[in-house]
This record gives sequence, structure tokens and C-alpha cells, in this order.
Amino acid sequence: MEGNMNLTLQVWRQKNSRTEGRMETYQLSGISEDMSFLEMFDVLNEQLVHEGKDPVSFDHDCREGICGACSMYINGRPHGPLQGVTTCQLHMRSFKDGDTIVVEPWRAQAFPVIKDLVTDRAAFDRIISAGGYISVNTGNAQDANAIPVAKENADASFMAAACIGCGACVAACKNASAMLFTSAKISQLALLPQGEAERTARAKKMVAQMDEEGFGACTNTGACAAECPKGISMENIARMNREFFVAEIGTKD
Amino acid sequence: MATSPKLDAKIPDGPLETKWTKYRSTVPLVNPANKRSLEIIVIGTGLAGASAAATLAELGYKVKAFCFQDSPRRAHSIAAQGGINAAKNYQNDGDSVYRLFYDTIKGGDYRARESNVYRLAEVSGNIIDQCVAAGVPFAREYGGLLSNRSFGGTQVQRTFYAAGQTGQQLLLGAYSGLQRQVGAGNIAMYTRHEMLDVVMIDGKCRGIIARNLITGELERHFGHAVLICSGGYGNVFYLSTNAMGSNVTAAWKAHKKGAFFGNPCFTQIHPTCIPVSGDHQSKLTLMSESLRNDGRIWVPKKKDDNRPADQIPEDERDYYLERRYPAFGNLVPRDIASRAAKERCDAGYGVGTSKMAVYLDYYAAYERYGKGEVNKRGIHNASADQILQLGKAVVKEKYGNLFDMYKQITGEDPYQVPMRIYPAVHYTMGGLWVDYNLMTTVPGLYALGEANFSDHGANRLGASALMQGLADGYFVIPYTIGAYLASEIRTKAISTDHPAFVQAEKEVNDRITKLISIKGTKSPEAYHKELGKIMWDKCGMARNEQGLKEAIQEIRALKKEFWSNVKVMGDVDEFNPELDKANRVADFIELGELMCMDALDRNESCGGHFREEYQTEEGEAKRDDENYMYVSAWEYQGESQWELHKEELNYENIKIAQRSYK
Repeated sequence: MEGNMNLTLQVWRQKNSRTEGRMETYQLSGISEDMSFLEMFDVLNEQLVHEGKDPVSFDHDCREGICGACSMYINGRPHGPLQGVTTCQLHMRSFKDGDTIVVEPWRAQAFPVIKDLVTDRAAFDRIISAGGYISVNTGNAQDANAIPVAKENADASFMAAACIGCGACVAACKNASAMLFTSAKISQLALLPQGEAERTARAKKMVAQMDEEGFGACTNTGACAAECPKGISMENIARMNREFFVAEIGTKD
Repeated sequence: MATSPKLDAKIPDGPLETKWTKYRSTVPLVNPANKRSLEIIVIGTGLAGASAAATLAELGYKVKAFCFQDSPRRAHSIAAQGGINAAKNYQNDGDSVYRLFYDTIKGGDYRARESNVYRLAEVSGNIIDQCVAAGVPFAREYGGLLSNRSFGGTQVQRTFYAAGQTGQQLLLGAYSGLQRQVGAGNIAMYTRHEMLDVVMIDGKCRGIIARNLITGELERHFGHAVLICSGGYGNVFYLSTNAMGSNVTAAWKAHKKGAFFGNPCFTQIHPTCIPVSGDHQSKLTLMSESLRNDGRIWVPKKKDDNRPADQIPEDERDYYLERRYPAFGNLVPRDIASRAAKERCDAGYGVGTSKMAVYLDYYAAYERYGKGEVNKRGIHNASADQILQLGKAVVKEKYGNLFDMYKQITGEDPYQVPMRIYPAVHYTMGGLWVDYNLMTTVPGLYALGEANFSDHGANRLGASALMQGLADGYFVIPYTIGAYLASEIRTKAISTDHPAFVQAEKEVNDRITKLISIKGTKSPEAYHKELGKIMWDKCGMARNEQGLKEAIQEIRALKKEFWSNVKVMGDVDEFNPELDKANRVADFIELGELMCMDALDRNESCGGHFREEYQTEEGEAKRDDENYMYVSAWEYQGESQWELHKEELNYENIKIAQRSYK
């Protein structure tokens, strides 16, 4: 045992998408405050394996806050109590000895549960496939410095591009809207001269795909931006709406 | 020494500068109608895999791409921080294709193949063009043009970057290209799938067996060619900067089906990582090498000095890299910086509670940048504190996300106290042996990116992994694959009912059934940790003959125990990360043995491979060019049986010298 924190965990367990889930309660002791939240789950899983029980499935990979795989809904907030932090970068020093921690998967119709805390977020990939790109085949490019891009536009584009596609915005939203995710990609490309040619078609196609996936509407509550671990701004949603309306009004089809 | 007859690198004739241009114009082509009936399987969707899949689909091939993650966007290339090199010479500081080539060969301690590295340097500029066109938001200057910074092992500024998230931006660029082709129906994307074997028919690679990680079903997929783009194997050490899921399985299956494994012992230990905090540690986090641009590395001059950093006066600090290597200072290559840190800590000068760390200090940078800002803004009589604050703001813009990450993990504020860092396993230069076409020793089976051995010799320079991944995927394989596929246009798609597919699937199935039925007492995780400890202690930053021999015996014993005592929970036909893990750990164990054998064979020190018996009086790596200037390519011949083949390295365009950064 490395630390002296004792915790009660309430965790969503669900065998697969066809069966109903339920909350289970586990006791953990000897947790160190230097552990990450996922390392605390590693301890839980080792304990479960030792007891001959099925360990808790959860998505995780890079464990440095950039891949966007980890996705736990902790005490009613995506990625837990801190701002600007993914679950893997949340450390146990943010909790106290004796705490009860409730952990659920992302809850959204468009993100069905696969098992326990693991959900299917393929809808995001399909939104990107619908138009989240610049159609430039390899080999078509001109010299990289041929088109100067004003630093403020490049910086703003980069800020939007920082999205890691984790889905916390959807999980935080009472409507399970994917507007923040979709608008971040639309903004990134709309702010660059390279994205100009497909600007209107992109906005229309991505918004249409987003609707088709079953995500809800935006009612400007702002929970998405408040919970986004990468600080993606609501301004992107406003920009997406502008792009979309201009596309709807200004194009032939 | 002569090259083994089993290794034909297929290097085109002619002068180095024209090899690629000439070869590119003469390599056989496949006409557009035939491309439509040729199927290519891509394993992994990192920079190499995503760029290859997208580009091959654009050309008209039928592509199937596989990744074990829930989305191709999560491949571990995403985590690369500092940048990507390219010989653009935008800074007018004397860069050129030759210089990038030279730096890479020298940085790799003269253990990489000249022709491949030169081609890499040649296409490096196209990569930047392509990425910018695809909407990658690189850092720019106020004039709107691209910004560059320095990296270790070079004296020019050729690194392009997007804050500390360059890998993320490049991968998302390649991923959007891939998704565009998925949307167009040219790529069939299989997420949460893991390749578990290669299918061989009549001596050629003709497909794979993959496992659907959600349902546990085994699937057979035919392909005229298979591209292994599954990354490196640093996780053999358990603790590394790799993602938790990064594994050697795809490459290892290819190896066991006949692909030779090149230079398995060449691993890169990165000097600037956040130190280990306890036994619970599941992975290590890198702090980008770009931090060495502005940060100064030091330890106290006094042994076991327990004073906090800010109470140690300037003249009692040992800036050991600047002291030992005045020409490159804090920007020496990674292998050298790592060993120097280990040397200081082993000698008792380490800092922090574990004493296994050194300081990375930004105080001088705050002052320098602060003074610059004061001048820029025309502030007269600025106070020392004002200068410091302005300097911190500049550093925040450049490295803010890295500083935040450090704070998050350690609970310490790096703007107030110097960071503590220590080396950690980061990258593997070794990988599947490939020829100039990136084909392994198995016809139709290719390896790209970190999964191959080809470009970095015994040590990779910073910001060159992203370059190589994208070079292989965007600009090399689309041409070189024609050399093979042009002769495959008459091969009709082979039915997956073919006995070879049936047999391969059965073998995979048997192994999985065995793993789950052992029902022993220890988790796959526990075995992984044990393996990692053996590897780090005996095949890590420093190696010696005795330790390596012990390690081989220990790994064999571990393997035996694993196969009789592993405990895999859950069932085969469901989502089961424990089973996935057991599969991967079993392969890591076998790889670990081969790495130790390779390290034992190489009686010299070069790059990241440091054999304690072979060092200069000053503790620098001592190469033996006469006897070891070769690529070791290991042929699998059965359990714990390998035959070593050697590819002799010829340097015709570069003068070989003892590597010096002093």
C-alpha cells in the first residue's frame, strides 16, 4: 500500500449494449494522492482480478491528456471536478480520504454504452468524414510559405484545433448536443485561407451529419465549454452558426 | 564483413542525390483501372498509417485500415509534442537537404542506411507543404509565415511546430484525410480491431487475421499487400512514454511469419520526462525536448544537497551539459543527455525525494525574454519582478501546455520552482527490417514509421519521428508499392476460405483459448511489470554482458511462468481488455528476449545502446566500426531460436567520425 486514502466508489457496470446496467459499490484503501484517477482504477481492477471478479472496462490510452480516449463522468461532471483536465490527468490529491466517488459513462443517445464505462463515439468520426477536411490530395500542395496567414487567425485556428474529440461536451450538455465538437473543426478550417474553397459545403454537410447522428440541439447553456478539458470556446458555436446560415442562404443547392 | 544473401536492400544505383528522383521516375506503375482491384491492408492509423491509407486511397487502391483504438484519431502519434523537422531553410541559417541528412546519420551514430536517410531529408519539405495545405495550424510569425525552433543535435532552426501539440495537429491532419476517404467509400475503417496474425500463401503475404475487440470475433481479411504501421515497442519496458495500448503484437506476428527484425536493442531513452513518483505508476510523461531550447539543466555541485533549488547559489550549481559539451550545451542529442543525467544521479548528485532527477530551470529564460519584452515595449526602469513576469508570459505562450501538464502531474508550479526531470523510455529505433521500398523480407508485407528500423540508426534526433512517419506514408510507399503491385495485377482477390486463412485463424483461436483457460493466479499486468523491471535494469540505459545473460534466463523463466500461471478474467466472446493485454504481454516477453540477445551481440556502444564495457575514459560511447558497422536482422526460427543476418552499412557520402558534440 502506497498511500492512506480510503474511498468508496460507485461505478456503472453494464455487461454489453444489450443488457441493463447498474451501479456497484467498491471499497478501496491505500490510495496515494500522487496516483492519477486512472491509476486508482488500475488498483481497483487488480483487486477485482484478485477476487476473481470481472474488472471494470474503461477507455484510456495516452494517459497524458491528449488522445481523448478517457471519458469518465465523475461526481456528475465529465472528467471530474477540475477545469481544463482530462480524467487521466486528474490526480487523487483532488479528493479527500473517506470520499464517495460516483463514476458513470458518458450519457448520450449518440454514444451507446459498449461495456461498463466504455461508449461508442464513432459518430464523431462520421461527422469528420462528412466534411471536416480540406480536399487536397497528397502531392497537390504548393510551398508552405506561399500563403501567409495572419498570426491572430493562425492562433485562433490552432485554439479550435486543440479539440481532442473526447466527447465531454456532449456528456456535459443536457441536450447531448455535439455543437462544440462540430464547430471547433468548422472554425479551425474557416479561419484558414486553405479552408476557403469548401467553406459553405463543409458547414452544411457537417451540420447535417451531426443532426443525423441523433445529437441534441444547442440551447446556449454553455456547459460544453465549461467542461471542455481543452478550453474550446463557445465562440466557435457562434461562428459555426454564421457559417451555416451563410451557406444555407447564399448557395444554390 | 559481407551482407547476408538473405538481405537485399534494393538500393538504386547512381549518386546519392539522384537515387530517389531517378528511381521514382522508373519504378513500375499500376494503371488506374488496375488499382481499383488491388486491395491494401493498413495496420495502425498513426502518422504513417493514416497518411499511407489516405494517399493510397486517393490513388485509387482499395484500402482497409485497422486500429485497436475507438477512433483512428487516437493513435499515439497524437502525443508527440515538440515538432517536425524539414530542410526548408526558411530561416536562411544554412540548412539544406544534405545537412539534414548529415545530422540524421551522425545523430544516429552511423548506424543508419545512407540512401533511406537521404530520401527522408529530400521529401521533408513536401511534408510541410502538404500539412499546411491540409489545414494544419503550425505556429506563425507576425508576418504570417511559418515559425521554426531548434532541437537537439542540430545547429540550425528547422523544426516546425504547433505549440507543444505538433503530433496532435499533424495526426488530425492525416486523420481528416483518412476520414475523407472513408466518407468517399475508398477506405473501409475497422476501429477496435487488433491484427493477430499474417496470412501467408505461396510465400507471399496475402492477408491478416484480426480480432473484433468488441465482440471477440475473429475475422479474415484478404489483401494484395499488408502495411504494418503499428508504431514502436517501448512498452516492453512497462514504464515508458508510450500510450497504454501501444504494443508490438502486429510487428511480432509479422516477424514470426518471416519478417526479419532489425536492430531490436536500439531503444531511445528520452532525457526530459517527469520522474517516477511511486510503484503505482502506470506510465511516464514526456516533457518536450523543445524545453531544452530555453531551459538549463543542472544539479548541485555538492553531493546529497537537500536545499531547495532557489537556495542553492549560482556558483554551487553544476550545469553539467554546458560544462561537458560547450558546443551544443543543453541541446546535445537525447542519448547523450540521458546518460549524463544518469551519471550525475548515480554519482549521488540527484535531486528531489527519490534523488533520481535533475533540474530543468527556466529562470534564465524568464530574465532573457523579460528583458526582450521590456525593450520591445519601451519600458524604462523596469523592476526585476516586472521583467520576470513579462518573461514568464512569453514562456507561457511557447510552452504553456507543457508547464500546465507538469503542474497537474506533480502538484508543483514550474513557474515558481525548477522542473525535476529524469530519462524515460520513449522510442524504438529498431523494428522490422525493410528494404529501400519499405518491404520486409516477406513479399507483400511492408513496415512504415516507427514500426520499421530504417532511418534513425542507433539514436533518433528530436522532431524526426513525425517526419519519418509522414514521409513513409505520404511520399514513399505510394511510389514504392508499385514495384510489387505492378506484378500482382493478375492476382484475383483470394477467398478467405482458402486453407491458409482457415489455418491461421485456428492458430489464433487456439492461443486465445489457451490464454483464457490457464486460470492461474497473476494478472497480465503483473507479468508486464516484471518484464519491464528486467528490461529496464539489464537492457536499459546501460547494459553489460553479465546482466544481459541473466536477463535472457530471467525472461525465459518468466515466459514459462506466464504460460502456466496467467489469470485472464472474462470471456473470449466479449469486450475484454484483460485478454487484449494478455495477448500483447505474451509478445512483449518474446521480444524482450530478442532485444537482450541483440544487445549481447553488439559488443560496442553506439547511440542509445550503451555497453558499459565499451566506453571512452570520459564515459562517452565507444563505437567499433570495424566489427559492428552493420544492421542486425534477426530471423525467427522457432521458440527462443534466431539466426542473425547482417546488412553491411556503407558510407560513401559522409565522413565517419567519432561523434562529438563538445
